[in-house]
Amino acid sequence: METPDKKIKAIEKQEYEDLASQIRPKPKLARNMAWAFVVGGLICMSGQWIINYMVSLGVSLTDASTSASCILIFLAALFTGLGYYNELGQHAGAGSIVPITGFANAIVASALEYKREGYIFGVGARIFSVAGPTLVFGFVIAVLVGLIKVFLTS
Amino acid sequence: MVPLYMAFLVGGLLCVIGQIVMDATKPTVTPGHILVGYISAGAILSGLGLYQPLVNIGGAGATVPLSGFGHVLVQGTLKAVEHKGLLGAFSGGVEAAAAGITTAIVFGYVVAVIFNPKG
Amino acid sequence: MPGRKKRGQQTVVFDSPPVITAWASVVGPKEGEGPWGQDFDLVLEDYLFGEKTWEMAEHKMLREAITRAVDKRNFMPEDIDLLLAGDLLNQIVASNFAARDLEIPFLGLYGACSTMSEGLSVGAMLMDGGYFERIVAAACSHHYTAERQYRFPTEQGVQKAATAQWTATAAGAVLLEASGSGPSIKSITVGKVIDMGQTDQSDMGSAMAAAAAHTIKTHLSDLNLPGDYYDLIVSGDLGQIGSAIARQLFVRDGIISPEYSDCGVLLYDQSQTVGSGASGCGCCACMLCGPLLKKMQKGEINKLLLVATGALMSPVTSFQGESIPSIAHAVAIETA
Repeated sequence: METPDKKIKAIEKQEYEDLASQIRPKPKLARNMAWAFVVGGLICMSGQWIINYMVSLGVSLTDASTSASCILIFLAALFTGLGYYNELGQHAGAGSIVPITGFANAIVASALEYKREGYIFGVGARIFSVAGPTLVFGFVIAVLVGLIKVFLTS
Repeated sequence: MVPLYMAFLVGGLLCVIGQIVMDATKPTVTPGHILVGYISAGAILSGLGLYQPLVNIGGAGATVPLSGFGHVLVQGTLKAVEHKGLLGAFSGGVEAAAAGITTAIVFGYVVAVIFNPKG
Repeated sequence: MPGRKKRGQQTVVFDSPPVITAWASVVGPKEGEGPWGQDFDLVLEDYLFGEKTWEMAEHKMLREAITRAVDKRNFMPEDIDLLLAGDLLNQIVASNFAARDLEIPFLGLYGACSTMSEGLSVGAMLMDGGYFERIVAAACSHHYTAERQYRFPTEQGVQKAATAQWTATAAGAVLLEASGSGPSIKSITVGKVIDMGQTDQSDMGSAMAAAAAHTIKTHLSDLNLPGDYYDLIVSGDLGQIGSAIARQLFVRDGIISPEYSDCGVLLYDQSQTVGSGASGCGCCACMLCGPLLKKMQKGEINKLLLVATGALMSPVTSFQGESIPSIAHAVAIETA
């Protein structure tokens, strides 16, 4: 039910938002995109370098690819602990979130933050505050796809 | 072997998409949403058979972004379904992604125990 | 006759204005590097202040600011009748723990970043009502305790929006006495909760500017004062963007040529990469209990209107998509 009072409030809010949006600076999209592209690209490229090197040593492509991810995860965890990854994220934005290193950073950062609440319910529980939802969606969709395939092939 | 510049290009472009989504939807989409969105998108595209071509072109440029993680989960599931049927649907994904998940959690824990937040 | 001290809609004028006889501020390293570093009583070397956790560091800062303010008048904490304090943490633990150490009768306040004016307002009314002789009003915030409670873990690589503000690591305490020398609180205006439907947690200035403008307008019209009556009208923590919006609202409301600034804009240098400016209870508490009251003591400012602003949301309500309600209380401080 739209009462006249509510309508006036809504108009007031809209006027206020119009005023605020004139003053509020827009995100620097071009600059952000350039940073995201370069940093994200470099992270992926270093992954490719590891893969190519391992394949040249005779490792299978799947194993090389998995190893590359694990190495990047390890490095991201380390740099988060050292306090550098958040500095990078300040500029790189999605460039340091989208690669698997961003996943590792989110895991370590939330665990680190709750260290002072103890190792079990501080670090141990909070480690999943970002990793949890990500894995949940990954698992659920993977199982659904699998079930569809079972259904289609039977 | 995928050349390094292709990994750079594909990986960079995937990140740019994430940046555009974040900047355009400020403040609703947070990094957590991006992570969940990428793993889901990667898994769905992989299920439709659309992600493997990207991996063929971009190599690590497609596997290192979190969408590649979704791809690994789904491909592992599909392979396991071929061998084990229904059971495979539930076991294949995590089996394929086991190394990544375990690395992230173990190193995450170890780093959190060793270091203190700097701020 | 009840209500005889109330003027207009929301303002109270005091018969015997409580006197601000002493004040003290404790700030973090970043605040110390800002333009007002030498005006604070203590600048910390690190964010832990010799404690194990940031939460305990915050409570220690508040305790330190209170004891320093009390000590300037050669009082002991037990000489104080009442402590009014608040902070940003859940259950205002920093204030509770400081009050535990100090053993002063304590009323905890929550007004988010408006707590400093809320404490001064309540304190001044209790004083003018004749209930107490010596009251301390104090507030504090700590960058890292606030950050982890309201936003992302500190080590997560998240891009800070240009509109985002930096929660100040700072504490300020004011000693109010029934008589003595120093600037006094002439009147206060209790703010209403204003919500303009803003939802962006990383743009609190835009949410709070409406509350600040509303309280300032009400204060001036309740007391029938011109816009340029005060030497300085200073809002709490609107930051660059919020205070720019507030200026626009002054024009809309017909407040003519106010001398206006914002503690969130003042606290840091432009070069300190703090987005839109400072925020937090401690931002306006330390600006008041440092540079501003010092300037009043020196006679550079004679009439000050302090309008601390608070955003009254919680991370839970923001997750649920609710907008950000805001409040602002005005405290008029004048030299005799």
